[in-house]
Parts: sequence; C-alpha cells; structure tokens
Amino acid sequence: MKKKLYVARSPRIAARKLGEETLVMSAQGSTLFTLNPTATVLWQAADGITALDAIVERHICSEFEVEAEQAIRDAEALAEDLARHGILLISEKPISSTRNLTVQEQYR
Amino acid sequence: MPGVAAQIERFSVVIAIGDVAIRLNTIDADFLEMLHQRYDGFVSAEAHAEFDLDVDLLPPAFRGPDADLSVTQRSGRWLLDRGDFRAEWEPATRHGSIRQTANPYSIDAVLRIVHTLVLAKQGGFLLHSASAIRNGKAFLFAGVSGAGKTTISRLAPSDATLLTDEISYVRKLEQGYVAFGTPFTGELAKIGENCSAPVEALYLLAQGPENRIDPITTSDAARGLLANMLFFAEDHELVQCAFKAACDFVDRVPVQRLTFLPDARVWEMIG
Repeated sequence: MKKKLYVARSPRIAARKLGEETLVMSAQGSTLFTLNPTATVLWQAADGITALDAIVERHICSEFEVEAEQAIRDAEALAEDLARHGILLISEKPISSTRNLTVQEQYR
Repeated sequence: MPGVAAQIERFSVVIAIGDVAIRLNTIDADFLEMLHQRYDGFVSAEAHAEFDLDVDLLPPAFRGPDADLSVTQRSGRWLLDRGDFRAEWEPATRHGSIRQTANPYSIDAVLRIVHTLVLAKQGGFLLHSASAIRNGKAFLFAGVSGAGKTTISRLAPSDATLLTDEISYVRKLEQGYVAFGTPFTGELAKIGENCSAPVEALYLLAQGPENRIDPITTSDAARGLLANMLFFAEDHELVQCAFKAACDFVDRVPVQRLTFLPDARVWEMIG
C-alpha cells in the first residue's frame, strides 16, 4: 500500500498570492518562484496535517475538473520539485513542527 | 614629568539621502574634501545624524571592487565585505566602521548597503531605476543595465527634475510612497537633485519600435520590481522585508511596461 505524503510550506520563505498566482521567495539565494493557479491551490492547502491525496481530491479535482489518479501523480511530482527548491517540506508523517524534521525528511 | 599626548584631529561630514542622515568620520582632511565633492548637494548642514560611520583609510593594497560582495548579520551586527572594503554596522548602537582605501566607490557601496538595510525595515527600498519629478509627481523607470535608464533620463524635458539616472530611493511614509533624489549616478554621471515627491507610477523599461505603455499583471509587476531591487543579503528576515515591500508597493502604485524609442516624445505620455 502506498504511504501517504504530507506537505507543509517551508518557514524559510516569503510568499504572497497576487491575482491567481503565488510568488514565493526563498532566502536561499533570494530565488523567486511563481506558482500557477493549480500549484497555488496545493500551496495554500499545504498545512502539514492534510495528506497530499486528500488535498488533491478536495481542492484540485473539484476546482480544475481533473481525474484524481493523474492529479495525485502530478501533485506528487510538483511537491517533490518544490521540496527540491527548499520551499515545501514533505514527510510520510504529519508535519506539526518543521523543527522536528530532519533535512532528509524535509527535502527527501 | 608631564605626559606626552597627541591629539588627532577628527573631521566629519553628514550626508543625508532620503532624509536619512549618516555622519562619516575621518582623520584625513583630503578624504573629507573628496566626500564633500562626491556628495555635493547631499551634505547636510545639520549636526544631527541617525547613524555614525568611522572611516579608517588603508594603503591601496586591497583586492579590487570586483571581488564578491558579502553582507551577513551576526548577533545584530552587519558585516560588509567586498575586497575593496570591510565594514561593520550595528543598527542598535547606530554606529559602524569602514576600512577602505581613499576612493569614492567603496564608501558609495557601503552607503547603498546601509541605506538598503535601513529602508528594508521601513517598507522602502533602493531600485535600479532612473526617477524624475514632473508636475509634482515622481516617476520611476526601472530596468537592468542597457534597458534605457540613462536614455530616458537624457531625454527628460526641461520641466522634469531628475532624481537619479541609476539608483532610485523609495520610502514608505504615512502619506504613501515617496521617491527621493540620490547622489548615485549611472552613465550620465550627473548627481540627482536632492528633493522628493510622491511616487505616481513605476515603469518597467523596454526599448521597441514605438512609444507605448502597456498594463501588466500584479505578479509581473512584483517580479519586475523584485528583479530590480537592490538586495544584498541572504538573510531570512531581510528577504521577508524586501518581499513584503515589493508586494505592498505593487498593491498601491501603478506599475506598467513602458516601451520606447530613443525619442523625446516618450515624455508626452508621462506626467
């Protein structure tokens, strides 16, 4: 059985929703990222407590009329990408405090 | 037998940019004279200054200004290092020191960095942009090197007051965003006028086959502003401040794309 994934916004960033997009700035290299509307929905729902598949089903499938299985695969790929850039944290357990995560868990 | 004491004469000059006064202290009279000339128009007659920087002049043996700039914070003290200077500045004590050779470029860089750090806490910023006042309103023209900052400055009509052709100074005050003149020059090598006006608009410069102003999305505006903001440190708190300053600014000030020919008629659309 596939393990659930939990995602949380990194505390080491600054972010603001502007229109339908979200700008995210990382202190690491002062890098700026632009999240499109779908990524914005994922980003806003990334509370560390709700599992990624639940976020997709509740917020993405309903809003963007996409098939759940494909949407979950896309969301996992997006989450991995954002985690690689250090702006999203991923764990196989709920993320209550980012301080309890090891770097490996944070950036997998 | 009486002790022997030597009294070293200390000279000071207060340089006020954006109404933020910084006193530079030195024991070198020639360097003081150079500062007076370099910052002509921005030397304040007031004795009061918000910050003091002691300048310790070194023999010309440092690395060049092309060395990488490092701006870091440790225990509330900012450390600035670029090869041609090393400086420390502590906001809490409002005091700092600079070790550099006797040249205007190092002190210029330190002043830009210190002003950037001061403004960041207040929602303001320094911006790679030309700026000018027309009809009592300030207009900013942002762009990287070669985008046309110097050209648009050179084309400015006689009723426009040039604040800078290179680095604009924007403060967030109670009444809104205000642009101030700066002594930081670009290719025009002309020091800006030491005056200020409310910011009416920010234009992101592009050169093209015709003069036109186009709207852009808020996120494009924020990206364009952030791309041109002077930003020196990879400090988390500073990143938060700069990001918030940019987002707040584009929420309140119109930001548009200005495409222009190298032609004075572009100013017919401004002001």
